[in-house]
Amino acid sequence: MPHPQKVVLDGDAMRRTLVRIAHEIVEKHGEPDRLAIVGIHRRGAVLAARLQRLLADLLDADVPLGELDISFYRDDVATRDGGPVILASKIDFPMEGRSVVIVDDVLFTGRTVRAAIEALFDYGRPARVQLAVLADRGHRELPIRPDYVGKNLPTARSERVNVAVEELDGHDGVTITTEDPS
Amino acid sequence: MKHLLSIHDLDRAAIERICDRAASFAEVGDREIKKVPALRGRTVLNLFYEASTRTRSSFELAAKRLSADVVNFAASGSSVEKGESLKDTVLTLSSHKPDAIVIRTPWAGSADLVSGWTDASIVNAGDGKREHPTQALLDVYTLRRRLGSLDGRRIWIVGDVLHSRVARSNILAFAKMGAQVTVCGPPTLLPRDIEDALPCAVSYTLAGIEEADVIYALRMQNERMHDSYVPSLREYAAQYQINARRLDPQQIVMHPGPVNRGVELSGEVVDSPQAVITMQVEAGVVVRMAVLYEVLAGSRAPQPPEVAPVPSTQQGVAS
Repeated sequence: MPHPQKVVLDGDAMRRTLVRIAHEIVEKHGEPDRLAIVGIHRRGAVLAARLQRLLADLLDADVPLGELDISFYRDDVATRDGGPVILASKIDFPMEGRSVVIVDDVLFTGRTVRAAIEALFDYGRPARVQLAVLADRGHRELPIRPDYVGKNLPTARSERVNVAVEELDGHDGVTITTEDPS
Repeated sequence: MKHLLSIHDLDRAAIERICDRAASFAEVGDREIKKVPALRGRTVLNLFYEASTRTRSSFELAAKRLSADVVNFAASGSSVEKGESLKDTVLTLSSHKPDAIVIRTPWAGSADLVSGWTDASIVNAGDGKREHPTQALLDVYTLRRRLGSLDGRRIWIVGDVLHSRVARSNILAFAKMGAQVTVCGPPTLLPRDIEDALPCAVSYTLAGIEEADVIYALRMQNERMHDSYVPSLREYAAQYQINARRLDPQQIVMHPGPVNRGVELSGEVVDSPQAVITMQVEAGVVVRMAVLYEVLAGSRAPQPPEVAPVPSTQQGVAS
């Protein structure tokens, strides 16, 4: 039986949200040569690529784009019975002197972002690291705060936030599923 | 997967998963800081009862690149020389609480025995003439990089199959990946009825080797000549050496190393672009990283966090 779903962002709202985040990034970082965008696999990387295109239009310049897979940096990965599919990390530009914006789809406990920060520093030493998320659902377990938030979503732990992106899921949108319908 | 004792333990999906992980670890080797914290706080014990250059150094490097602590144990110069048995050595070293033991011995089946004496994960790095599973995995990884898929590929394994643990593991692994394997060598160096025991065909001559996509030459050990398995190394080379005259330009040549130039392979072939021997050595570290990650990561799976009832007013408040 399918769990009841609540749509919190439809495709249009999600695209508008990304445009707003891009504008906020430009407001804080006027110089494209001092900026870089790094997405966390998988949906964070997709959103990062879109943000990069939006930034390129706004700044009329290319902003370096990277991808991170943080599986090797998580402290709670189980590989028994398969484990995670690991995608290649790719950061092929020097980060020294740049402000790097880490992009993820949902901010939850903060453990993924902590791992991403650690992974980032294995590639170099950015001047500043910031965090952009499409949805912040709360329940933080670490002192991590996003700099750019698409939407704050008050959730219960029993709920699940699902982000769909055209590139992987065929459509855009953010929904909340109740795991435990009552 | 707690242990890697034999290729028998792996199905095709597991082999593919290890190879795919190895590919993502390859990227780590290209970074300035060639290290990820995946196995931080774990201890890997290298227990080697036989000489080894490639396997031991690549296991050590693999563990260190995953941030594990490594203890190297070589039988020579240890209490083994005072007569300590394998079991007592393992029990003694287990008191250091290793999370994984990488073991190489001259005794077939020893890795399986050791897995019953300790709680650590056991990785077989070669047990006598039986198996050498990580070599087979790195060879599959190398061929997938070169060919994409092994499905339907014809692979000839040429040489001293009788004494070769590499051959046994590789026949199994190549066959599981969909390749057709032929073993080739003098009758004295092929196990009797090998085609009944393992998924391979047998040829006593190189006739038909032109059909092979991949030729995997095995090391010819000098001591075999003294044991009268072959009349002389020169005679062996005359009949079975892979050289430019016997090689088609599109064929891939592999060798587990160390190569006897001029015996199983001509020097010219070793140095040719058709030989992927250097690629095999490079694959050694990343594939062994993937194996250690497979047997160790998640072996201390975390408990899911307690779901505490949160007052609804405090839920989801961004800090």
